[in-house]
Amino acid sequence: MNMAMTNVAAGQYAIPRRVGSHRARAVTNGVMTGLCAAAVALALVPLFSVLWLVVSKGIHSLSLSFFTKLPAPVGELGGGVGNAIVGTLFMVGLASCIGLPLGVGAGIFLAERGDGKLGHVVRFTAEVLAGVPSIVVGVVAYGLIVLPMRHFSAMAGAVALAILMIPTLARATEEMIRLVPRSLREASLALGVPAWRTSLSVVLRTALGGLINAALLAIARAAGETAPLLFTALNNQYWNLHPLQPTASLTVQIYNYAISPYEDWHDKAWGAALCLLILIGGLSLIARLAAGRRSQA
Amino acid sequence: MNVALSTPVADTARPKLEVQKLDAWFGNVHAVKDISLGVDARSVLAIIGPSGCGKSTFVRCLNRMHELTPGARSEGRVLLDGEDVYAVDPVYLRRRVGMVFQRPNVFPTMSIRDNVVAGLRLNRVRADYEAIVERTLTQTALWDEVKDRLDASAIALSGGQQQRLCIARALAVEPEVLLMDEPASALDPIATAKIEELIDELKQQYTIVIVTHNMQQAIRISDKTAFFYMGVLIEHGTTQQLFTRPERRETEDYVTGKFG
Repeated sequence: MNMAMTNVAAGQYAIPRRVGSHRARAVTNGVMTGLCAAAVALALVPLFSVLWLVVSKGIHSLSLSFFTKLPAPVGELGGGVGNAIVGTLFMVGLASCIGLPLGVGAGIFLAERGDGKLGHVVRFTAEVLAGVPSIVVGVVAYGLIVLPMRHFSAMAGAVALAILMIPTLARATEEMIRLVPRSLREASLALGVPAWRTSLSVVLRTALGGLINAALLAIARAAGETAPLLFTALNNQYWNLHPLQPTASLTVQIYNYAISPYEDWHDKAWGAALCLLILIGGLSLIARLAAGRRSQA
Repeated sequence: MNVALSTPVADTARPKLEVQKLDAWFGNVHAVKDISLGVDARSVLAIIGPSGCGKSTFVRCLNRMHELTPGARSEGRVLLDGEDVYAVDPVYLRRRVGMVFQRPNVFPTMSIRDNVVAGLRLNRVRADYEAIVERTLTQTALWDEVKDRLDASAIALSGGQQQRLCIARALAVEPEVLLMDEPASALDPIATAKIEELIDELKQQYTIVIVTHNMQQAIRISDKTAFFYMGVLIEHGTTQQLFTRPERRETEDYVTGKFG
């Protein structure tokens, strides 16, 4: 034993032999670490190239009026996507009001009471629903809300986005809650705290950081959706905060600008894309700061 | 003679905790078999026995934590001051019968201070939290170590400190009985010694049932000892008698280290 130790320390051969020499292991270690680093670098290439492309092409379009003004007609210079920014925030906000409570609630149910038959049904449904393409969800919202009401509306868009948020949010919430060690739940119950308050004040609170992350991902995903909005909220060239009127959104605006033949509008599409990135990035940042402060308090 | 007669007979005669023909199962596994024993008020009962002999399960039946495990059930009676614990609301029972677990389980999102009063705060009990924090942390010999950082996160403490914090947290709700499931098994000898001292002090006020793998510990801290083997109560008596003059062969083999 001592012999082996001194040999290893001296960089000679280690016992047992089967493991290979110290040098061979060092080489293997180096190669594998290098492969991992290369994989990380490779994965980051598309991420940074997209970021770089959007920032470099979009930055020229950004100005104060781009954030605050209505879109300008073809041929007219200036104008902005103010209504689309407000529209996206409005619809994502509405969708969150519907989707977050339902998604998180379903997740809590799955984690706390989801071992029975009903839990399996809900879990299976959520998995199927999570795999449904977003355009199909748009068609459903079109059939459910747009057709009976006979016009496009922010509400229809919000419902479509909410339906997209619920299944992934429910599963993520369940995972986060199940990550909370059983011992914490037991600690609380052993203090004579009722089960429901244990769930809320101990288990949910411990999972809060993860829940906020899951909610953010769901919101960011909803904010980035185009397909379900195309035939639910449609678009709008003017300001709108009425839930039953057609509403502009950044994604549909980007789509419209990008498929247009005008060079000027292509620039605006890049600008709007950058706006969307900033919006989602800012949202994550604020929520993370808030979550960090909360967990420290 | 007169003096003896005038003492309240009922109080001394009736054990604080009385277990009658208790059986417990996990699914089809019969973990605790027909156990009957009593624990006197303000005394320490140590439960010893090899791993998997039903010690923890037995203790968890006393505050009805056992039934929270999926597929677990139990039969028989557990009387607290003569009242069947299976006839009362488990939430209220657990406020009277506190528990300290094998591994420290502080609430990671709460500060040291909030951990101590968690049982009170979560149950919306209004009390002088500051005084309770100081009193229980002093009792658990933690006050001097943490008094300057009560608002720091509880997970910043060492394992031994966390375990003493868990004991303080259990004491803050002022239970009558304290169940301890190998509270020192994850601790170093110094922290263990502190917890043993603490148990010695606590028994002035509380009735304590402690599960331990450490027979020296059982000898040092307990008044009575029960030896469990394969879910059965083999022997139960005063600690001194059980370790020096055991009646059963299995007990003797176990306490002398022939198996286990």
